[in-house]
Amino acid sequence: MAFRLNPIGFRDFRLGTDELGRDMLSRLIWGGRMSLLMGLVPVLVATAIGGTLGVVAGFVGGKLNMLIMRTMDIFYAFPSVLLAIAISGMMGGGMYSGLIALSMVFVPPLCRIAETATTQVRHLDFVEAARASGASSGSIILHHVVGNVLAPVLIYASSLISVSVLLSAGLSFLGLGVEPPTPDWGLMLSTLRQAIYVQPLVCALPGAAIFITSLSFNLVSDGLRHAMDVRI
Amino acid sequence: MWAYAGRRILYAVPIAIGVTVICFGLVFLAPGDPMVNLLPPDASPADAAYLRKLYGFDQPVPIQYAKWLLRAVTGDLGTSLQTGRPVISEVGRALSNTIVISLGAVLLAFSLAFVLGTLAGYYAGRPADRALTAVSVVGVSVPNYWLGMVLIIVFSVQLGLLPATGMGSAGSDTFSLFNWEQVKYAILPVITLSMVPLGIIMRNTRAAIAEVLANDFVQTLRAKGLPETMVLRHAVRNAFPQVLAVMGLQFGYLVGGSILIETIFTWPGTGFLLSKAILTRDIPVLQGAILVLAMCFVATNLAVDLLQTAIDPRIRRT
Repeated sequence: MAFRLNPIGFRDFRLGTDELGRDMLSRLIWGGRMSLLMGLVPVLVATAIGGTLGVVAGFVGGKLNMLIMRTMDIFYAFPSVLLAIAISGMMGGGMYSGLIALSMVFVPPLCRIAETATTQVRHLDFVEAARASGASSGSIILHHVVGNVLAPVLIYASSLISVSVLLSAGLSFLGLGVEPPTPDWGLMLSTLRQAIYVQPLVCALPGAAIFITSLSFNLVSDGLRHAMDVRI
Repeated sequence: MWAYAGRRILYAVPIAIGVTVICFGLVFLAPGDPMVNLLPPDASPADAAYLRKLYGFDQPVPIQYAKWLLRAVTGDLGTSLQTGRPVISEVGRALSNTIVISLGAVLLAFSLAFVLGTLAGYYAGRPADRALTAVSVVGVSVPNYWLGMVLIIVFSVQLGLLPATGMGSAGSDTFSLFNWEQVKYAILPVITLSMVPLGIIMRNTRAAIAEVLANDFVQTLRAKGLPETMVLRHAVRNAFPQVLAVMGLQFGYLVGGSILIETIFTWPGTGFLLSKAILTRDIPVLQGAILVLAMCFVATNLAVDLLQTAIDPRIRRT
C-alpha cells in the first residue's frame, strides 16, 4: 500500500492517490454525485411527505391533528443520528436504505413546522372570508395556506440539506452506505483512515469535500432566511 | 406550575410507550431471518425450530413485544448474542463511558458558545458579529468525524502529544479529572464532539441576546444611565433559560448520537456498542441500547422542559 498511496501533486495525480492507487481528484468528483444525491433526495421526499402531513394536520385539526402530531413526537424522541443509523443498519445498509432512513428522520421536523404554520394561518380572517364566499377547502389550501407555509418550510428544508449531506457521509463511513468500489466521500474517509500515519493530507481530502459542500448549503440556507424572513 | 409538570410527565408516558414500540419494531425491518447469525450453515430445521422457540421468535409479534416490554421494565434486557453477558450491564458500562465525553463536550461547548454568542448578539450586524457567526456556521457544517481525523493527524501523528484512540486501561468507574493518564484519552473526543453543539448553541445565544436587547426595557435601562455591562447582565439573565434548554437538548443528542466519534476514537461508549451490534446483528443488544438511549433522550427533554418552565413561567406549551 505504501507504494500505491501517493501524496498530493505526485506526477499527474493532482490530489494524490488513494490506497489502491486510484486518482483522488476523479474519485472526489464522482463521489460528489453520490453525496449530492443523498443530500438532496431525502430532503425533497421528506418535504413532500412531511409538508403534506403537516398541512393536513393543521388544516383539519382535532383528532387527526392529535394523531399525526403525537406520532411525529414519538419519532422526535430519537436523536436523528441514532434513528438514521438504526433504520439503515436494520435494513442492511446500501443506498436505498440510507435514503429511506434519512427521509424518515427528516419528516417529523418538517411536519411540525408545516403544522405550526398552517394552524397560524387557519385562524386568520381572510381564510374565514374565503370560506364564507364559498371556496372549497382544496382551493383555500392551495391559494392561501401553502403560500404562507412555504417560507418557513423551505428555509428549514434548505438547512436540512447540509445535515443530510453530513449524515449520509456518516452512514457510508460506518459502512452502511454504498458498496465499494463506488466512490463515496464517507466510504473514502473510512478506508483512508488506515493510511493516516502514512499520508495524512490525502486522508483529509474527502472530509474537506464533505465540509465544503455542507458549508455551502448552510450558507444558502442562511441567505434564504435573510431574504424571506423580514424579522431577522 | 405543578399541574403543568404533572401534565407534562403524563404526556411523556405515551411517548415512551411509542418509543418502545419503535425500538422493538426496528428489528423486523431487517431482511431475512434473525436466526441466521446464530446457527451454523448446516443446521437442521429441527435445530432452527428449537432455537427459535428458545428465543421466543416463534410467537406472534404482539406477544413477543409484550414479553420483551415486561422484562425490560424489570431491568432484564436479555443477553447479548455475541458475548453472552446481560445486555443491561453492557449498556450501563457503555453509557457511563459516553456520558464522560458527552458531558465534557457539552460543558466545553456551552461555556465557549455562551460567551461568543453573547458577544455576537451584542455586536449584531457589525464586523465582530460576522466573524463570530462565521465560527458558528463552520461549527454546524463541519463533519465531526472528519474533524476527529484531522485532530488525530495534527495531535497524534505529527505532534505526538495525545493518544489517538481508546480510553486507556482504566474504565469509567475510576475516571477522575485529575489523572492526566486517563484524561489525555478524553481530550480529543471531547473537543471533536463539542464542535457541533458549539455552533448550534452559539447561534441560539446570539439570536436570544439580540432579541432581548431589542426590547423596550433595555432602552429604558440605558436612558436611566445604566452602564453597558449592567445592561448586558440583564440581557444575559433573560436569555439564559432558552440557551440552557438548547444545551440540555444537545447533551441528550450527543449521548445518543456520538456513534461516529466513538468509532473513530475507539471510545468504548454506547455508539461503539451500537455499531458493533449492527455489524454482528446482535439483536438484544441493539434493542436494549436503542431503548436506553431513546429513554435517556426523552428524560432529558422532559427535564429540560420542566426546568425551562420553572425558570421562565412565560414559556408554556400544552
